[in-house]
Amino acid sequence: MVNLTIDGFQVSVKEGTTILEAAKKVNIDIPTLCYFKELNEISACRICVIEAENHERLLPACTALAEEGMVVHTNSRRAVKARKNNLAMILSQHDGDCTLCVRSGNCKLQELSEDFNMLENPYPKDVRENSWDTNNYLIRKDSKCIKCMRCIQVCEKIQTLNIWDVVGSGSRVNVGVSLNRAFKDADCALCGQCITHCPVGALSARDDTEKVEEFIFDPEIITVAQVAPAVRSAWAEGFDVASSKATPGHMATAMRRLGFDYVFDTNFSADLTIMEEGSEFIERFTHKDKYNWPMFTSCCPGWVRFIKSQYPDYVDNLSTAKSPQQMFGATAKSYFAEKIGVDPHKIRVVSIMPCVAKKSECDQPNQNDACGDKDVDVVLTTREFARMLKSHHIDPAKLEPSEFDSPLGTGTGAAVIFGATGGVMDAALRSAYYLVTGNNPDADSFKAVRGIKGWKEAEFAIPGAGTVRVAVASGLGNTRKLMEALKKGEVEYDFVEIMACPGGCAGGGGQPIHDGEELADNRGKILWNLDKNAKIRYSHENPEILTLYKEYLGKPLSEKSHHLLHTNHHGWDMPLSPKLKK
Amino acid sequence: MSRLSIRTKSEAQALVDSMYAGMERRIVSSPNGLCPIDITLNFVRLCQAQSCGKCTPCRIGLGKLAALLEQVLDGKADYSTLDIIKETAANIVDSADCAIGFNAAQLVLNGMAGFEDDFKAHIEHHTCLAYHVNNVPCVSLCPAGVDVPGYIQLVNEGRYDDAVRLIRKDNPMPTSCAYICEHPCEERCRRGMVDNPINIRGLKKFAVNNAGKVPNPKNAESTGKKIAVIGGGPSGLSAAYYLTLMGHQATIYESHKQLGGMLRYGIPSYRFPREKLDEEIKSILSTGIEVHTETTIGKDITFEQLKQQYDALYIAIGAQTDRKVGIEGEDAVNVISAVDMLRGIGDNNLPDFSGKKVVVIGGGNVAMDVNRSSIRLNAEKVTCVYRRRQADMTALAEEVEGALAEGVELMTMMAPVRIEKNDKNEAVALWVKPQISDLFDRGGRPSPVNSEEEEVRIPADLIIMAVGQGIESRHFEEGGIKIKRGSIITGEDTRVAGDKVFSGGDCVTGPATAIRAIAAGKVAAANIDEFLGYHHEISVDVKLPLPKIASVKPRGRINITEREANERKKDFLCVENEMTCQQAQVESSRCLHCDYYGYGSLKGGREHKW
Repeated sequence: MVNLTIDGFQVSVKEGTTILEAAKKVNIDIPTLCYFKELNEISACRICVIEAENHERLLPACTALAEEGMVVHTNSRRAVKARKNNLAMILSQHDGDCTLCVRSGNCKLQELSEDFNMLENPYPKDVRENSWDTNNYLIRKDSKCIKCMRCIQVCEKIQTLNIWDVVGSGSRVNVGVSLNRAFKDADCALCGQCITHCPVGALSARDDTEKVEEFIFDPEIITVAQVAPAVRSAWAEGFDVASSKATPGHMATAMRRLGFDYVFDTNFSADLTIMEEGSEFIERFTHKDKYNWPMFTSCCPGWVRFIKSQYPDYVDNLSTAKSPQQMFGATAKSYFAEKIGVDPHKIRVVSIMPCVAKKSECDQPNQNDACGDKDVDVVLTTREFARMLKSHHIDPAKLEPSEFDSPLGTGTGAAVIFGATGGVMDAALRSAYYLVTGNNPDADSFKAVRGIKGWKEAEFAIPGAGTVRVAVASGLGNTRKLMEALKKGEVEYDFVEIMACPGGCAGGGGQPIHDGEELADNRGKILWNLDKNAKIRYSHENPEILTLYKEYLGKPLSEKSHHLLHTNHHGWDMPLSPKLKK
Repeated sequence: MSRLSIRTKSEAQALVDSMYAGMERRIVSSPNGLCPIDITLNFVRLCQAQSCGKCTPCRIGLGKLAALLEQVLDGKADYSTLDIIKETAANIVDSADCAIGFNAAQLVLNGMAGFEDDFKAHIEHHTCLAYHVNNVPCVSLCPAGVDVPGYIQLVNEGRYDDAVRLIRKDNPMPTSCAYICEHPCEERCRRGMVDNPINIRGLKKFAVNNAGKVPNPKNAESTGKKIAVIGGGPSGLSAAYYLTLMGHQATIYESHKQLGGMLRYGIPSYRFPREKLDEEIKSILSTGIEVHTETTIGKDITFEQLKQQYDALYIAIGAQTDRKVGIEGEDAVNVISAVDMLRGIGDNNLPDFSGKKVVVIGGGNVAMDVNRSSIRLNAEKVTCVYRRRQADMTALAEEVEGALAEGVELMTMMAPVRIEKNDKNEAVALWVKPQISDLFDRGGRPSPVNSEEEEVRIPADLIIMAVGQGIESRHFEEGGIKIKRGSIITGEDTRVAGDKVFSGGDCVTGPATAIRAIAAGKVAAANIDEFLGYHHEISVDVKLPLPKIASVKPRGRINITEREANERKKDFLCVENEMTCQQAQVESSRCLHCDYYGYGSLKGGREHKW
């Protein structure tokens, strides 16, 4: 143990503890900016500097280690002045037009400026602008970037894609697309983790709310909204509202208040996905020699982009089932349009997703199977949904819950867990078991695939089919490890679920941002809880799904199902990883 | 008013002078991978600040150049901007009144020719090609990429065995390098910005001399592959060492009696004690390397036979043949080559030069080795003749100083013309022609040309030629290996095109340093392993805690001291004294740890395996 004094308090910490962590133990909060625990500990911004007796210079609390006998002053005049001065420097190169910034009110820099009582800046403004194609799904603004390097770190260390890198030298050092590529030519999975780890408004998802407003207020157009499972775990985080007022029912009311004509649930099409993908798995599993192994889930577009760019030889291992978002769109513009007797060309499907990659998924040129139009027209992130609520002055705290509309608004417990890592696997196994044996397994039989761990493995016996070896990974770094092990033959699986974002969609790149926090686990628990308390916990028991098959599709993997609910993953191009181009 | 006054330096001027000195050190310590245009721009700004302001091209033109370069850097320039820069600079070169102007503009012109790709990237893509690859100066400048900050930290913590193990991950000859490395790692040491570079070689020497017997890592499982290593010098030994660790069977073929190459047959024992060399070779061989000494390829066994017997070959024959000056009388019986003399000494055949006037021709490290050995062999007088200035010598400055202290006479700016012989075909004198410095050559050294002075006669009883070495590559050329000007041609991967033959060290680069030869051996081992279809990784499990925060108050570098010249010149024992523990502690604590501070903590300052 190391004993030191911080602002007069004695503290004893393990060797190797930073001054920042040591100070926390005695409830002393040292301000930080670039720091992100375990991800970005690079002492770049110098906002966390403190004074330590017997040290010549100020020390960065985020990385400097506590030493025996150290006497630390976190708020000495010298330290506070340096902090404020460094902040002034950063602000001089930052576009401070906060009123026009997507992160206003949720910005680390804004918060620090307020905390530091920054009322003036001695330095002249020197803000750099970049040119950026605003049609990109991901937007980067130089004028907002503070060079904290978190985006580089999360992309390299957690997601192993290295899309961002330090570019330029000297005073012009900047963050840019690595290898001097244009963003559109980069093998970005569009997971959006760089956005959720950005402390300011330098990185954001393209804002598509205006398009949605146009649809809502066009009397000729019928707007059909779907909302993804994981959204319900996070949608109200930016509002001052108790969790009892942030239920899926409250969310349905909020969506209705925005003016959507039909408020549906992607949980419905998640159950549909299980019917198709589960049946596909059983078909493959009982005809093993006809297929490549293992079978991969295909519902995460970040993962699909990843496999196409990093492991193109494995694309045929993906399930051909569309993602729930796209199954919903195709169903809405066919079955549902017929059911309500409207021209599907008048329908606009709007998705609310915890995801950035979903924006690109709906633009894939072959996602137009219902009526020739795009099956899904616009995708909003959870953050955009919250922004729309605010701009419509809808306060979740003042809403009463309501039900989703029928027939595309019913989902089971097996569907809601799509939003957490392991959930798709859990749900698929529940129905696969039923499809083979004709009996339901206990809904909690497959617990081994749950939980926040990045790479999980399990084996389950399905009587009549055999033992199924499954794996679940979330986060693309974990995914890469799994893929490399598969390639080398170190592991063998039958069915693998992959989610690009750590923790699954609950930790998605389109979810609300809380600086310095990773909330996937907590949000995932909300979803597992919804499953636990659901009346129906098996996709194959969703009554509206059964009706859909009975009235329209026939059975899973039927010709009609194939046409509407399955896709060709080779039908669109993805830039290859530069590692494969050599 | 006084008619004249004493010129004194103002306090401000004195301070500016010290800033110049600081800037000079800072420029020397410049990191790699900076934008050359940005550097040019800032040099131009400094030049502009030096302008007296009298003439137009300098006062205004340099500012215009700076503004235009800035446009390029800001991505606001097109190709016409480059034309204006070029014309402006050419005009300043042509019409400025003094060097402050024309020399600055010349710098810009040189840059435009040299950094064409960088200019193009800034103009066409608004991107900079500058790329911080490895910003730890010592590691990036060491040809073998040794983890310098790592072992400095280990020395500081008294973990000498671990220091040796960490070094061996990248360089299996830490002891050799501790004594004789030219330490390119120290060139741009960031500590130089504060005071002076860290004494890296000194700390390594302290580590190896205070470590116990450090066992080698265990070899990987045997692959059954056999590799012939031709030449038992530092490059061959290094390749054989790593190949053996990777599980292959390496066999060294050495034409001399003993292994070590130039470490034994080029470097005298007063610089590198033989027992230390023997110990190091013994340790390397203990991994299980097979050795055939006194076996010459092309005589005892052919290259073709080796190719049939082995899965891969590494040629590391060095550059061991002598070169002639090409003057009249060179065939005299008492004119010998440095190579021959040092080879004899290497096998412990010490000649006696008592009463002899020895003349040594050359200005490189080998010349200094011959000079200093001659002194130790009791020569009456040793004169070193060199056709350029002392400052132009390629020998390390400390070698020249050592030679001078031991009594060697330098005769610089003297070109050998002919050797005067008696009727017994013995040289009696060397005639030299005094030289005068002329224009700079491409390497930035002034070319010597004949001056108007008369030729000078230097009486000599023995003349030793130390004017470079050649490579005995003929047999391999006959075996189909491509040779250019005597050197073997390989790719950057040390592979000889389209063959299972690899080559590295002096026989590829021409006479160079031990560490470059060692690095080539390491590169060859990795690529031979890959060529054979494997991917064995070399790593070490030495744990390094976060480095301590160094004091940045300027303080002196601690140099290794030498034995008194009058004593040391009487024997072949090591000239250097040992560092004390206190010295090693203080010196190692000066390290700024670029592996962690600065870019290191962002991109990682350490390669854990290769």
